[in-house]
Amino acid sequence: MGIEAALPTDAFLTTQLRRVINWSRRSSIWPIPFATACCGIELMATACSRYDLARFGAEVMRFSPRQSDLLIVAGRVGIKMLPVLQRIYAQMTEPKWVISMGACASTGGIFDTYATVQGCDQFIPVDVYIPGCPPRPEQLIEGVMAIQRIIDEDGIPPSGPDGRRIPLGLSVLPNHPVAAQPVGVRVGS
Amino acid sequence: MATPTSPKLDHPTFAAVKAAFPSAKLRATEFRGQSTLIVEPGDAHAILAFLRDDAKTRYTFLSDVTGVDYLNYPTPMPGRFAVIYNLIAFDRDDRFFVKVFLDPSIPTNGTDEDPALYVDSVCDLWPGAEWTEREVFDMYGIRFRNHPDLRRILTWEAYPAHPLRKDYPLRGRGERESYKVVDRSTS
Repeated sequence: MGIEAALPTDAFLTTQLRRVINWSRRSSIWPIPFATACCGIELMATACSRYDLARFGAEVMRFSPRQSDLLIVAGRVGIKMLPVLQRIYAQMTEPKWVISMGACASTGGIFDTYATVQGCDQFIPVDVYIPGCPPRPEQLIEGVMAIQRIIDEDGIPPSGPDGRRIPLGLSVLPNHPVAAQPVGVRVGS
Repeated sequence: MATPTSPKLDHPTFAAVKAAFPSAKLRATEFRGQSTLIVEPGDAHAILAFLRDDAKTRYTFLSDVTGVDYLNYPTPMPGRFAVIYNLIAFDRDDRFFVKVFLDPSIPTNGTDEDPALYVDSVCDLWPGAEWTEREVFDMYGIRFRNHPDLRRILTWEAYPAHPLRKDYPLRGRGERESYKVVDRSTS
């Protein structure tokens, strides 16, 4: 299956402990879905067999923040919901990462009203932003892979001069050709 | 452009209410087959009880209680706020609206209790009115007398406004920005 099949049975490998830990962390990211809107449907599709987030080790949706590594904010966050989101974030154990999925979670989207938070990154640290309304599953996978690259490189998000951790603030570009809008629609043949 | 038509006030419930309440001040209107009876705030509860219980009307189901703010409405209306009761008689497949107009007596930019914005609750007639009346209270600040549990239902207790009033800005007065910030080191 793996490298052990290609090696003699009495061989051994040397590596750094940090790399082994990073490898195991990036191969078993357990997300907690904070799915409040239609992005949550795409999130479910991503975890299902067609897109199969399990290929990246991130299919184990945990509904307890204590068991999860990655908070996926999928959908708009109302001002009444924000304390719940903050509490869930605070209850997650380190190391932890946050994906802001879709236009509403990142900016408030079209909901520029008194009741909607204009971007959850104002109130919790966000590592990766995924554009789209909603993003396609491939794009969410890109976001998860961005988190994996972060883990590979360092393991833990970086600290600033004051010792506080800095949100990475990456944004994922669309992985499909973006057509000029509006797109012409033809019905029938 | 559709030509304006005069309302057809031929709904039989109008005549039934008028016969039962000869001294009440009643107004009526109709739009595309939906008839609305406009009553005074003090008469609303008695008329709604009549509409539920009378053999000729029998509106057994209260579909919804909603509010309207007519501030800056293009045509003059009898009052600033309205409470609308949406009634259904299932056995006749008949929908009927009862409307109450209210005018505020104090400035509407706060959440202070306004003695002019009061209607009698219909929770004793239709228990399902409890949450819809709470929503009207939450969004418009119209209070319901004898309501069993008149608290805000969508916004939280300390919310500093009634957000669907037209003089409340769409983007709020900073409620959506004034939150504590959770960062990596404190959580």
